[in-house]
Amino acid sequence: MFYIYCPHCGEHREEEEFHAKGQAHIARPADPDSCSDKEWGEYLYFRKNPRGLHHEMWVHAAGCRKFFNVTRDTVSYEIKEVYKIGERPSVVAAGN
Amino acid sequence: MSQKNRLASGGRIDRSKPLRFKYNGREYQGYQGDTLASALLANGVDVIGRSFKYSRPRGIVAAGAEEPNAVLQLGATEATQVPNVRATQQELFGGLVSSATNGWPNADMDLMSYVGKVGGRMMPPGFYYKTFMYPQSMWETYEKFIRKAAGLGRSPLENDPDTYDKINHHCDVMIVGAGPAGLAAALVAARSGARVILADEQNEFGGSLLHSREKINGRPAANWVAETVAELEKHPEVLLLPRSTVNGYHDHNFLTIHQRCTDHVADQAPKGQVRQRMHRVRANWVVLATGAHERPLVYGNNDVPGCMVASAVSTYINRYGVVPGNELVLMTTNDYAYQTALDWADAGRKVVAIVDTRQNPKGARIEEARKRGLNVITGSAVIEVQGSKRVSGVSVAPIDARGDKVTGSVQRLSCDTVASSGGWSPVIHLSCHTGSRPEWRDDIIGFVPGKTVQRQLTAGGINGTYSLRKVLEEGARTGAQAAESAGFADAAKGIALPLSEEVQEGPAMALFHIPHTKPTARAPKQFVDFQNDVTASGIELATREGFESIEHVKRYTAMGFGTDQGKLGNINGMAIAAKSLNQTIPQTGTTIFRPNYTPITFGAIAGRDCGELFDVKRYSAMHRWHVEHGALFEDVGNWKRPWYFPKAGESMQDALDRECKATRESVGILDASTLGKIDIQGKDAREFLARVYTNAWAKLGVGKCRYGLMCGEDGMVFDDGVTSCLAENHFLMTTTTGGAARVLEWLELYHQTEWPEMEVYFNTVTDQWATMTISGPNSRKLLAELTDIDLDGDSFKFMDWRQGKVAGVPARVFRISFTGELSYEINVQANYGLYVWEKLFEHGAKFNLTPYGTETMHVLRAEKGFIIAGQDTDGSVTPIDLGMSWCVSNNKPFSYIGKRGMAREDCNRPNRKQLVGLKAKDPKKVIPEGSQAVDDPKQPLPMKMLGHVTSSYYSANLGHSIAMGMIRDGHNRMGETVYYPQADGSVIEAEICSPIFLDPKGERQNV
Ligand SMILES: [Zn+2]
Repeated sequence: MFYIYCPHCGEHREEEEFHAKGQAHIARPADPDSCSDKEWGEYLYFRKNPRGLHHEMWVHAAGCRKFFNVTRDTVSYEIKEVYKIGERPSVVAAGN
Repeated sequence: MSQKNRLASGGRIDRSKPLRFKYNGREYQGYQGDTLASALLANGVDVIGRSFKYSRPRGIVAAGAEEPNAVLQLGATEATQVPNVRATQQELFGGLVSSATNGWPNADMDLMSYVGKVGGRMMPPGFYYKTFMYPQSMWETYEKFIRKAAGLGRSPLENDPDTYDKINHHCDVMIVGAGPAGLAAALVAARSGARVILADEQNEFGGSLLHSREKINGRPAANWVAETVAELEKHPEVLLLPRSTVNGYHDHNFLTIHQRCTDHVADQAPKGQVRQRMHRVRANWVVLATGAHERPLVYGNNDVPGCMVASAVSTYINRYGVVPGNELVLMTTNDYAYQTALDWADAGRKVVAIVDTRQNPKGARIEEARKRGLNVITGSAVIEVQGSKRVSGVSVAPIDARGDKVTGSVQRLSCDTVASSGGWSPVIHLSCHTGSRPEWRDDIIGFVPGKTVQRQLTAGGINGTYSLRKVLEEGARTGAQAAESAGFADAAKGIALPLSEEVQEGPAMALFHIPHTKPTARAPKQFVDFQNDVTASGIELATREGFESIEHVKRYTAMGFGTDQGKLGNINGMAIAAKSLNQTIPQTGTTIFRPNYTPITFGAIAGRDCGELFDVKRYSAMHRWHVEHGALFEDVGNWKRPWYFPKAGESMQDALDRECKATRESVGILDASTLGKIDIQGKDAREFLARVYTNAWAKLGVGKCRYGLMCGEDGMVFDDGVTSCLAENHFLMTTTTGGAARVLEWLELYHQTEWPEMEVYFNTVTDQWATMTISGPNSRKLLAELTDIDLDGDSFKFMDWRQGKVAGVPARVFRISFTGELSYEINVQANYGLYVWEKLFEHGAKFNLTPYGTETMHVLRAEKGFIIAGQDTDGSVTPIDLGMSWCVSNNKPFSYIGKRGMAREDCNRPNRKQLVGLKAKDPKKVIPEGSQAVDDPKQPLPMKMLGHVTSSYYSANLGHSIAMGMIRDGHNRMGETVYYPQADGSVIEAEICSPIFLDPKGERQNV
């Protein structure tokens, strides 16, 4: 069970307080109506499944209700950093 | 029965406190301080079970968690039955009742052993693998056989009378294991002021020191243990947990500890005490001081009772005052095990021989053995044991320097006990739990913890450090390091290291599998994993059949798959596989262990979360009234909602018919408090609504309400509800009862991650309001008696809301309807809810005001064709599929959530399933929900299915059954007939119709 630092509360809290929301940095297309079905399908359904660093979104559901991002190693489950929505990660996988 | 193997003195047992216990129906006696295993051995009980596959008699081989055979069933009553208890870890108490779990009909006289001789052939290695690969139909045949033969213990048939609980902790330093390393670490860390938790699975702290004859600071080691524990007890920040197994080491230094609080006291916990407690610890730093398990050697018939691990024999002698036999042969690859022979001789029993596999061993203990005249046979091995229910002798033969083959003639020695030692395997289990791969070390002939990302340190035996002096040093140093890393500076200062004599030892030999004069396949069975009857020849067979990875070998042979997780056997098995494949152990792979370290009871996992406390319950403000008026309840999310209110003698259908009719004929009342309510404010609130709902919100004025549909980005409906404009920048959104939390998170998601520039705020107000809906032609008359709000139909119209007072209490009244009747939804502050509800009943008696629950609500809404999101929708249904295109706007400027999804090709193809009404041809027949529609019920199987029934009821108001359901291309098939074949072979015929069965023009609500 993870121990997650909420950048909004400024505290480590137990995973039970959070919901995982999947891959981070997936922006809603600015003009959905001009997307092809393929583009829309990719936005909706296609996600990375990396072995190693993964940028993912979490929400402090049973706490401050704020969303934020986490860079996590999917092998060791080590959390490398947390950062707020709108910020960029400082830890990135080679080649990214 | 006398304790024939009990010594007259010595050990940590209290001979003044005899305890009576039962094993397999017979009475025995042991002492306070015994384990069930030591007490059985004291009484000379040799056979404690039958093996899984070959049904061979088995005895106790170890003295701790690694024991594979002595896995017993405990419990004096049906309710207190506990399966899977290791006798080596169960403390004895007076009145303990135990029995062998396998062995049919009993362990001593086992009928299955005859079958077992066949079974050996019926269940070759790879049995499971092959069984699962072959037609599944065969599995059922095998399963009965296996279950009966294996007898894995049984769970109680009655409720457990004991209570269990859980506790959470944070600490600076968590130390696992209170042997010499753990105690030294704890002492140093505690002195630094750090918050320390020290847990050990045994009843006493001390680990190996409890049976060791070594000295610390010149005095018996046990003295140092007592002094250390006494000091630790005085530190206010130290929590000591004996009888507490750290069973799991999870991510981010989270550990689960299973404490057996009263398992050692009685069959059932004393009144007011819990039986077991689960500690959940989040540690800053963890020190693993889990020690090592001795490896037995693998030789012919090494499973005959009387064959034991060498250190276990020493433990029984020194700690429990029990010598488990009379004549000992010790086989060893190392110096340390000589101590067992010395202990045996000191106990006054005969050491027949020490068989050392090394050609020319040298060391202090060897010297001592020789000095004392013990028969040391070097360069040799016990290749085979004689005996069936007890060892009667051994065959000893010289072997070559590498231990590959027998090099000379075989001699027979008579004995009743064989102790063997193949060296030590560090207890790396916990470090594996977090995904760290162990690393092989040739110098200690064992795996040690590998790299980890946890804040984890290790000390002592787990590192392959075995000399007591070095273990104490390493423990103290590691304790200091952990405390300093956790922020307690200077922890290392002034450590007074406990001193112990260094015993001079020679090198050990890397030997696992003892050669025999015959090839392995034809030699007597050489067991590697006792619990699953995996033999050396089975492993060799696996490699011959092409399984080269140890993971495959394990699955093929089932090695390590028992409740002991192969604590004793895994390394031996890997070594045999490696040798057979002509490669090194690290090349063959590594061994990984998973939680839990030892089996844990379901009681401890459940804790208090059972019965009444199984889950959170939510009650509305009027709940007490519902209970007093005989409501039956339905779970909706965590809410307890009234389901219906039966009167004396009424069936469920009677009650529903009465509630439905009363509502349509006069007035009914529903507790709607559970609907999700979200308060939305901010200058962009209106625009936000337009983006998350499919319909238009731009023109909704203050005082007005509107129904809205919410879709995902895929265009599929996921929630619905009415949202009202409270003020220009202020709205109240309602959601389904079950969807409230999900919808709030959904709104926050889009606001925070997509449109943070919008000024809008959300807050849940579900619990703040009590909501009661009065519905029916007399609802206006009833409300008029209690409110100052002008209810005139021309000014307070359908889909309006008004602020005012109801029963003298501030209220918001919404004229919205889920029944199609004239309805008012009265919202008052929750703590006034019950008062207003009762006032309504005071005035409602003359209108026959009738309370109704969720079931009548469902019927009434279905009569009107109103959907319930989650019942009539399932995540694959668009608003168009529901026939609700009126609720979808195509000219909103912003591409709202769901719009692009609905425009996908697949959402617009013909022949989609669409929601329709269904009228059974037989008006009394209610088509079961979930029934599948077909065009031709006589078509061959599998039939072509057109869609399923989503909602189905008997409507008393209409005098016939009604249903809604999905039908392929249903909107174009009005009036056609479909068929619903039932499980009993009957077929229900139904006509496709509009889902609006009652008042299609909506006149009843517009009065
Ligand atoms: Zn937070």
